[in-house]
Amino acid sequence: GAKVRKDKTQLADSAKRFVKKLENISDEEAQEILEEKNYVAALGICARGSMGNGSGVSGGEVYSFQTPKRSSKMAELASELAQTPGQSVEPGHSECPEKTGKTPQNSTWKCNSKKKEAVSATPYRLRKRLPVPDLYLESESEYSASCSEEEDEEDQQEVNTVSSGQKTPAKTKASCMPPPRNTLARKNKKDKMSNLVEEYFEAHSSSKVHTSDRMLQKLRKRRLDQQTLHDLLKKAPLAYAAEIKDLNQQHESLFSKWMLQLHLGFNIVLYGLGSKRDLLEKFRTSVLQDSVHLVVNGYFPSITVRSILNSITEEVLDHIGTFRSPLDQLEFIIKNFREDSSLELYVLIHNLDSQMLRGERSQQILAQLSSLPSIYLIASIDHINAPLMWDQAKLSLYNWLWYETTTFKPYVEETSYENSLLVQQSGSLALSSLTHVLRSLTSNARGIFRLLAQYQLENKDNPSYPGLSFQDFYQQCREAFLVNSDLTLRAQLTEFRDHKLIRTKRGADGVEYLLIPIDDSTLTDFLEKEDEDI
Amino acid sequence: FRGRTDDSEDVKLRFATCQSLWNQMKLETEQVQEDLNKQLFDNLVSFLRRSHSESQEKATEWTCQMKTREIPTAALVLGVNVTDHDLTFRSLSEVLQNSVTPYIALLEAKDCPGIKNLMQKLIGQLMNCYVDVDSFEDEDYVQVSQNRIRCSMTSLINWYGSVTKKTDSETPSKKRTSSSRHWQSPPVVVVFKDMESFTTRVLQDFIVISSQHIHELPLVLIFGIATSPMIIHNLLPHSVSSLLCIELFQSLSCKEHLSTIIDKLLLTAHFPFKLGEKVLQVLINIFLYHDFSVQNFIKGFQLCIVEHFYSQPLSVLCCQLVDAKKRVNSLSHSQCENIRRLPSFRRYVESQVSEKQIALLTADGFLKEVIQKLLEDLHVYHANYMPVLRCLHIFTSSLPKYPLGKQIRELHCACLENRVWETEEYESSLQLARMLNKSDLVTMLQQCVEILMSSSGKEFDKTVEKLKEFLTQFQKLEGEAFQERDVSVSSQKELQKKTDLYHLQKSLLELKESRRSKKLTKFEVLRFELVDYIDSLVRNYLVPADHKTLHEIMYFNTASVLREHLNAAPRIALHTALNNPYCYLENQALKSDGGSISNKAPDICIVYKLHLECGRLINLSDWLEAFSTVVTGAEGPNADAASSDQVDDVIHARFIRAVSELELLGFIKPSKQKADHVARLTWGGC
Repeated sequence: GAKVRKDKTQLADSAKRFVKKLENISDEEAQEILEEKNYVAALGICARGSMGNGSGVSGGEVYSFQTPKRSSKMAELASELAQTPGQSVEPGHSECPEKTGKTPQNSTWKCNSKKKEAVSATPYRLRKRLPVPDLYLESESEYSASCSEEEDEEDQQEVNTVSSGQKTPAKTKASCMPPPRNTLARKNKKDKMSNLVEEYFEAHSSSKVHTSDRMLQKLRKRRLDQQTLHDLLKKAPLAYAAEIKDLNQQHESLFSKWMLQLHLGFNIVLYGLGSKRDLLEKFRTSVLQDSVHLVVNGYFPSITVRSILNSITEEVLDHIGTFRSPLDQLEFIIKNFREDSSLELYVLIHNLDSQMLRGERSQQILAQLSSLPSIYLIASIDHINAPLMWDQAKLSLYNWLWYETTTFKPYVEETSYENSLLVQQSGSLALSSLTHVLRSLTSNARGIFRLLAQYQLENKDNPSYPGLSFQDFYQQCREAFLVNSDLTLRAQLTEFRDHKLIRTKRGADGVEYLLIPIDDSTLTDFLEKEDEDI
Repeated sequence: FRGRTDDSEDVKLRFATCQSLWNQMKLETEQVQEDLNKQLFDNLVSFLRRSHSESQEKATEWTCQMKTREIPTAALVLGVNVTDHDLTFRSLSEVLQNSVTPYIALLEAKDCPGIKNLMQKLIGQLMNCYVDVDSFEDEDYVQVSQNRIRCSMTSLINWYGSVTKKTDSETPSKKRTSSSRHWQSPPVVVVFKDMESFTTRVLQDFIVISSQHIHELPLVLIFGIATSPMIIHNLLPHSVSSLLCIELFQSLSCKEHLSTIIDKLLLTAHFPFKLGEKVLQVLINIFLYHDFSVQNFIKGFQLCIVEHFYSQPLSVLCCQLVDAKKRVNSLSHSQCENIRRLPSFRRYVESQVSEKQIALLTADGFLKEVIQKLLEDLHVYHANYMPVLRCLHIFTSSLPKYPLGKQIRELHCACLENRVWETEEYESSLQLARMLNKSDLVTMLQQCVEILMSSSGKEFDKTVEKLKEFLTQFQKLEGEAFQERDVSVSSQKELQKKTDLYHLQKSLLELKESRRSKKLTKFEVLRFELVDYIDSLVRNYLVPADHKTLHEIMYFNTASVLREHLNAAPRIALHTALNNPYCYLENQALKSDGGSISNKAPDICIVYKLHLECGRLINLSDWLEAFSTVVTGAEGPNADAASSDQVDDVIHARFIRAVSELELLGFIKPSKQKADHVARLTWGGC
């Protein structure tokens, strides 16, 4: 009781001092801020216009600093969302939503209840962690409520009944706020600024993050590999297909405009939520049928600038030969395109901001490429920080025109290569990516991989199979005339390892064991497919 | 082949007009650029000549030679708009090639990570440019440049020696032509385009090495500097910078550059295409707040032109008056309908008498006649607008605190926005103008007269006369002013006589009274008249363009398009799409009020929304649980088979997809801190 109060006042004092300092600073900055506001206003006026696709959100509220969050909030929000089933519920039936509200609650809170007990046992520490009242009035109230389960239940029911009357969650929270307000009223006066500062430092003060300790394994759910995932998703109907189609048709009407602008020396970049792959594909098939074009799948995990340049020199310019460095190659391309004005090339890049292409050097090269008058670049970006890749010099080389194309389409292709969080953990690599990677290797390398795969499949019934030891493997490879020294084999294995095709483990006896971290069914599939190819 | 979507027949014509207009404007901007750089380049060229000749002179004296380890260097301060520099350097090298020396190497920091690369690049460029000069020997030299085995200073010197010797021993005719353009031993100019981004080691090494060889190789360096000349001393230690003999050159600031461009492109009656107020504002804002790049401004301007011609079918008429009249005659019926649909034309029709209204709306022939007349009006309006704007600018730009802005573009914007004489700023500036002193007024008047005389508008004869009249009157006042001064002096004398305190007070009061009630002096009267006259001019000629009929043909005013394409905000678009999918998918089920979203939103929106509630780490299994709660809740109570494995798998799959999409978008990343956890990468939101 008393001690807590003391803590609070101390915090308040320090916060006030902070505010004073801030005021000094803010005086100096006031002018600047004013100007900025003018600027924002000037730009903002024009924003709300014909464009219905609401870009009228001011920057400040989009991505601000980190603020502390409570762990249980997600579950709360989930149940709230589940409880407000939109327009389908009639206000009269108050029992029905209560039921639906309670069932998820029970399931989600089963493990949280333990945590809540812990909360009520150590109130001091937690109160210290919640020194900022203004935003946290509600949280405080909820914590005080959570001291006793019955009260919590009551509150929850209150929420339920209110929400059945079609109120927003914000309002329901307001309804359970009043009691603690009096004690905290004096603190309410504090600046919003100090709030922000406090929150920021609080969020960064403790390195410990409080999340529940549950694991996915406890859900007793089998891991999905890429194939089943794909199948399952096919079963799930795409929501709002009609609206998405409308949206895409809007974008497709821009194709001729894009062509015009590409020809006038601009390059086009598409942004917005949703996969833009289909859109670009459609653009390609409908407009670029008769012209030379190059499609770059940036999301592919092993794409490099070099491969892009190679495909330009080899396929477009019909040049055979190698270059010492990408810069030389670039120079060669530029020279060719400069000299031959009849040469035109459309380059479509899906995901210009992918892992492999976002590097400084690759962007520089691509920018220089795109600045050629007879190379027309149209690219898509997805990452929220993608525009940070470009500095002024690159931007002027790219000469972008930005187009917002929010499609809401799922990123099917793009995420299939991503070592997705939930899929990767099972260690399975998609068959498609496996074949993609291997296709780019030499036949000897493929042979080496086959040997390893076959050996692994032969031993698949052995649960304690450690993998193939390096020496044995080397012998086998030699017998099959695949390598001539263990150095070449090692070089090859390094390449496999870089592509995450194999894993090495040291056994108890210090021998290196090689293992393909792919489940057996995929491996069998792969071998069958390989056999077909040969 | 550049098809446009609309089906009007004069697409080609429109495109041709657009292209020709853009080419004209581009030429104009290039001209401007050249003019602006001329001064700078002249200075540079003379510097190069001087430095070179000095070193030649000194080469004759042994004593001096010992001292001259210094490399003549020009530091070129270009300003922060890095993107424009390329153009400047290109034209610079052209100028130098034509007037001073064929041996120029342009080096960029990104090509030169080490001294070796730098030398390679340098020698490659120099030898290639030699090949350009006399092409009949190229096999020999191409080989040399391809070998590139020993890219050392000595090879460079040998090459230089051989080249200069050769040009000397060329056939007389050849020698004459070459020596008329260049000297016998032209200097080798090395340009460092972006001095700041070179690594210090490379620069130092290069300078030290080349200073050793300065006698054999007349080297001149040019540094392109974006920040301040101090950077040279920051980058290079004293021992190295003492080897340089630096002279500073300042290029024109980009703001001045911009205002000349605006002056030449927008504030003339030459080009029929005009920018609306908001568009201009957006362009200028991008310039001032984002990049200071004139190049980007011009790019935006080009986009404006393209957009205008693309989206406005009537832009066929956006050309010179003579052509426009011809084109009006050949307008099709649908185009006439387009004209009738213009809001400004509707206003015009409504102001006419009823018979004329009917004629305008039904008869194409009559309509065309009227359009011709209106177009002519519009052209006359432009012709008058510009000089008057300049006059007004002369008056307002010298006022204290610049109520109407310092630059003419600000005034232009104000005039375009709405009736300028109704604004407060205009009011206050008139007030201030009424307090100007005479000499200022006279000079301003003279300037105005010059502007109006030079303009082609016929209507200005009268105004010029009137202004001249004012001018003479002001000059007449000169004599009278002396008399007035006498009067005031005498009254002061009276003051001094009276020493009595009481009398003094009284007389002071009297004086004050008389001052207050005193009639305005002649000068003041005249000043008032003049200001009123200017005011009337403004009211007459500076009507905002939106009030003119058919302004849509010439003015491009959809600023939102421009903003979207040039100054896009991808993060905000993502944010709205995730938080408020209704904006894009206009389905009633998605409609929600406030910050919340309904549980029927697309999966990724729900997942995003849930992740906003988490701290730095997110527990995947909690997340999945929450997600499935929401989704099953959305499917309603009839989905009582929610526990069945099949449905769960589908939800699981959907969850996986949504999470990996968020990862692709950069909201989360895998974390190794704790099993089954991901880290959040953004904060705030909702």
